[in-house]
Order: sequence, then C-alpha cells, then structure tokens
Amino acid sequence: MIPLTWYLLLAAGLFCVGLYGVLARRNAVAILMGIELMLNAVNLNLVAFWRYITPTVIAGQVFAVIVFAVAASEAAVGLALIISIYRRRSTVVADEINMLKW
Amino acid sequence: MTAMQIVFLVIGAATLLGGVMVVVSRNLIHAALWLILSLAGVAALFVLLEAGLLAVVQVAVYIGAIAILIIFAVMLTRRVMADSGPAANPNWWAAALAALMIFAGLVVVFMQLPALGAAQAAPLAGDPEVLVEDLGRALVDVDRYVVPFEVASVLLLAALIGAVVVARPPEEPLPGEEGR
Amino acid sequence: MSDPFGQISQFLLDLLTGWGLEAGLAAFLLKLLGAAAMGMLALFSTFLFIWGERKLLARIQIRLGPNRAGPFGIFQTVADFAKLVTKELIVPSGADHFVFLLAPILVVMSAVAVWAVVPFAPRFIGTDINVAVLYIVAVGSIGILGIMLAGWSSNNKFALLGAFRAAAQLVSYEVPMVLTLLIPTMLAGSMGTVSIVEAQRQMPFLILAPIPALLFFISSLAENGRAPFDLLEAESEIATGFNVEYGGLMFGMFFVAEFLHAFTIGALTTTLFLGGWLGPGVDRYPILGVVYFFGKSLLVWFTIIWVRMSLPRIRIDQMLAFNWKLLTPLALAAVIVFAVADKLAPGGVLGRTLVLLAGNALLAVGTLAGLWVHARASRRAATPPVGSTAPMRVNPS
Repeated sequence: MIPLTWYLLLAAGLFCVGLYGVLARRNAVAILMGIELMLNAVNLNLVAFWRYITPTVIAGQVFAVIVFAVAASEAAVGLALIISIYRRRSTVVADEINMLKW
Repeated sequence: MTAMQIVFLVIGAATLLGGVMVVVSRNLIHAALWLILSLAGVAALFVLLEAGLLAVVQVAVYIGAIAILIIFAVMLTRRVMADSGPAANPNWWAAALAALMIFAGLVVVFMQLPALGAAQAAPLAGDPEVLVEDLGRALVDVDRYVVPFEVASVLLLAALIGAVVVARPPEEPLPGEEGR
Repeated sequence: MSDPFGQISQFLLDLLTGWGLEAGLAAFLLKLLGAAAMGMLALFSTFLFIWGERKLLARIQIRLGPNRAGPFGIFQTVADFAKLVTKELIVPSGADHFVFLLAPILVVMSAVAVWAVVPFAPRFIGTDINVAVLYIVAVGSIGILGIMLAGWSSNNKFALLGAFRAAAQLVSYEVPMVLTLLIPTMLAGSMGTVSIVEAQRQMPFLILAPIPALLFFISSLAENGRAPFDLLEAESEIATGFNVEYGGLMFGMFFVAEFLHAFTIGALTTTLFLGGWLGPGVDRYPILGVVYFFGKSLLVWFTIIWVRMSLPRIRIDQMLAFNWKLLTPLALAAVIVFAVADKLAPGGVLGRTLVLLAGNALLAVGTLAGLWVHARASRRAATPPVGSTAPMRVNPS
C-alpha cells in the first residue's frame, strides 16, 4: 500500500513550490496562485493524516473543510484588492506597488 | 509496486509538475491552467485517500470558483494582451534557496519519525455514506465543531461583502443627471 | 435477466483474467470500458436530440424542418457533422494556440461527465457515488471555465466580451441551482442519485416541491445558455459571442455540448423531481425503467424547446437582476421553509405532502406579494406627477 510518508513528501514538495512562487514572482496574481498551492498542500497533509492516523475521528476532514472556506474567502478578497490596485495604479507588479516603502 | 502505488506516482508527478509550471510560467493564463491541473491532481489524491466528499468539494470550490476568479483577475489586470517583463523578481535565487531548505528540513523530520513510515491505512470502519453524515453532524454538533463552522460562515459573508465593496468601480456622476 | 450489466461485466472480467491479466488491472480496464461506453452513449444520442430539436422548432414555427437526408431527415445531423469534420481547423493569428484548442474539450467534457451519475434503470448507472449531487455541480463549473477560455483565447474583442458576459451569467445562475439542489437532498436524506430516486417511490418530489423544481428548471436553462437566456451566443447581438472564431469540428464540439446539456437538464430534472425510472411494473421488469426514464426526460426536453421558441431574449442586466433579486432570495427562502416544514411534517405520505405543499404555497404567495409591491412602486416612480407634460419613463431602474 501507499506509505504515509509518500503523501507527506508530496505535500511538502507542493508547499515549497508554492512558497517559491510567493517569494519569487513579480505579478501579484501569480503570488496568489502560489498561496493557493500552499493551501492545497496543507489540505492534502490534513486529509492524509486523518486517513492514516485517526480515521475514526472526523476532525481531520472538518479542518480541511474549514480550510476550503478560508481559502475561498482569502482568494476573493485578495483578487478584489488586486483589481482595485490595478484601477488606481495601472500595475499589478508587486515591486511597483511601493508607496508605503520607507 | 502495486497498481495503487503506480497510480499515486502518476497523479503525484502531475500535481508537482503543475505546481512547478505555475511558478515558472510567464504567461499568466497558462499558469492558471497549470494551477487547475495541480488542483485536479489534489482532488484525485483525495479520492485515493477515500475522502470522496472533499474531492468533489475541491473540484467545485477550487477549480469551479477560485480558478475562474483567478482567470478573471488575470484578464482584467493587463493593459496589453501579452505579458511583459521577467516572471521572477531579482531575488529569485534566495526564494529557491529558502524553499529547498524548508523542503530538506521537512524530509529530515519525516525520516526521523519511524511511526510515520509504519502507519498503514487501516480499512475504513463505516461505509462512505456514514462518513458524510458524520461530517455533517460534526459541523453542527454543539459539543463539536459548530463554532468554527459558524465563524467560517461569518468569514465568508464578510469576504463577500468586502470583495464587492473593494472591487466596485469608483462612483462617477452620469453625464445627464447632474442638473437634477 | 435481473442484472444484465453485472452479468456482462462478470463475464468480461473472467475473460480478461483467463487471458492472464491480474484482477486489479482487469477491473481497471473494465471500468475504462464502461466509462467509454457511457460517453459514447451520450455522444451518439446527441445526434437524435439535435434532429428532434430541429424538427420540433420547425413545427412550432409552422415549417417542416429537415426532411431531405433520409426518412424524415433523420440523417441530417450526420450530414452536418460530416461537413463540420471535413472543414479546416483555423486558429486565428495571435490566438493562444493551446488554450484555443483546449476550450471546446473542457466544454464537452463537462456536458458528458454528468451522465456518469444519472440512473437510467434500477441497476443501470455509471457509478453510484454518494456525493452525486455535488459532483453534478462540480462538473458543471468546468464548462464555465471552458467558455471563458474560449472567449479569451480567440484574440477577438467580441469573443472576449461574450466570454465575460457568459461567465457572469453562468456563475450567477449556479447559485440558485446549487441551493435548489439541496432540497431533493434534504427530502431524500442523501446526495446519491439512486437514493434520491428510491426516496420518490411514494410521492415524486415534483408534488412535494414544485417551486424548487421550477427554480431548478429555470436556473438550469440559464446554465445551458438556452433561450430566453441565450445572450451568450445571440447572432444578432454579439456575433455569436465566445465561439465566433471557432469553425469546423471545434464549433461542432460547442454545438454538441449545448444540445447534450439540454437533454441532460431533462435527465437531471427527471431524476431529482419526477422519480427517475420509477413507474408501474418496474420492479419486475427493470428494463421498463429505461422506458419510463427516457419518457419523462423527453417530456422535460420538449418543455425546454417549447420555452425556447416562445420567449424573447432577456437583456444581460435584466438577467442578472432576475437572478440576484428574485431567484437567489427565493431559493434561500425555499431551503429554509423546506428544512422547517420537513421537520414539522408528520410521518406518512399524505401528511408530509400536505405540509410541504403548504410551505410551497407560502413561498408562492410571498413571492407574488413581493413582486406586486415592487411593481406598484416602480409604476409610481415612472408615472409623472399630475399635470406635467413629461411622458412616462419607459424603463425606470
């Protein structure tokens, strides 16, 4: 059967790829896509642990469902902010949105 | 190598490939499509983990709503149809280093816990129908998870209202109505 | 022959393992074969649906419809597809090549994949998953993705505009559709389509829940992009919108997906509200289930075509206002009323029916009262005061 570590390694890999995307990309929407990858990796981790360690306790799936809700709301507000910034500054490149920089 | 392991390797490879292409693609629409591949891969992995409801919710919420929202945002935030400039900012090497170090750290942690390696997927006790019912009851049971459930719904409501208010175009008086 | 498909699959499994394949691989191959067979069934029956729709449209318009290619024009669709297949596939310059070719595939995939969970007869279903209703929602949203990508990748302003409008309409009308899908789930106590059909043995949900059935029907029509909601591809308004740059077999794919979706709406309405394959004598002769199912679905399909030919097209702002100001609040109210009424209903078929019908009547009266108040207020806003010579405003906001 599939050992648990395979799932954990896959989730860790996906998380680190998403982290690279958040830190290295210029476009704000691309940064948000990296965040979605990280949230998916977390969900995968949660469900894998639920299935292998505590399949009788439903808390793992509940946690994953709450993460779905949080990810959806964060994506909605984040994209609304990006669209609003684009309207005012005509750019979504993260380096150019620097009015608050010292 | 059992059949399930081969299936897992194929789906896992597709998910990781999609993830890597998301963070590397210059064309944002292509990056969004690779993201959809990754999300679909994660949904398939949920099916392998026998969390069928979560797999379908993943497709409905992530691919059916969030990915469409991302594609919309990409379409609305560009002056020209093509992308311009480099995809990564000048410090991309530091980001890659950080990601690699974190991955190495996580691998070391996993290898040191033999209990994780020995964990086997015991056959699930009830049938899937009972699981879905249990999940539903857990979310509204006063002794269990009703508070996170209600807080999440308030969060979604706040996000809905906030997104509408933030993304609203600036109010301008219409040309014919100023004299009224 | 009580379980023909079970017997066929057992025979094939024995055949494959007799040839030396291990059992897991043989089962996997059989599942692939079953999925391909279901997909082929869906796609080939589209030929008949397109022909039937064209004949019906023609008769409603007092003309004949296709009557040259074969008896009664049955082979007209075959001829049309032969023409579409032999046309050159032109990708416009500046278009995103990969996305342009991917979009019709996603749209057809979304239309065909729903057929996996539709129960045709007691043991004739693609797969009996216990989250089938949510699966239908999930697969429907992939079609929206395909339409948006089609409009975007065409490198054409009208296509892009059409894609934005299409996405706005389709995403908006998903909300009342999902909410009304909750109601058969509540009444049956399960999300699996087979359980929902079985729960209608005593009383079809159409009698218990006529208003949610109507809401589901209307929002499904809008999801399909059918008249009166066919602004997505109106030739006179937006030059057929998102699929203006598509020709040949790619356009054929959009065409197939739209007409297949129309029958799929009929199939889903039958499963959820009309009792699926239930009918007299179906327990002894399961093959009758297929007859009843297709009969009911064709009835709903005929209603869809009838509506298409009878109502004029709705403007995009009217469409969105109709959704967000009428359908969604009504769907939410319906979910609340049904949750409360089903809990309060006494056991027994007649008591439950009467209580739920009372709930429906409450919803209907409330909606009509709200509409009457709104209409009176907008009439008052539009009427000029007594004595002035200004004309009545035709379209008060």
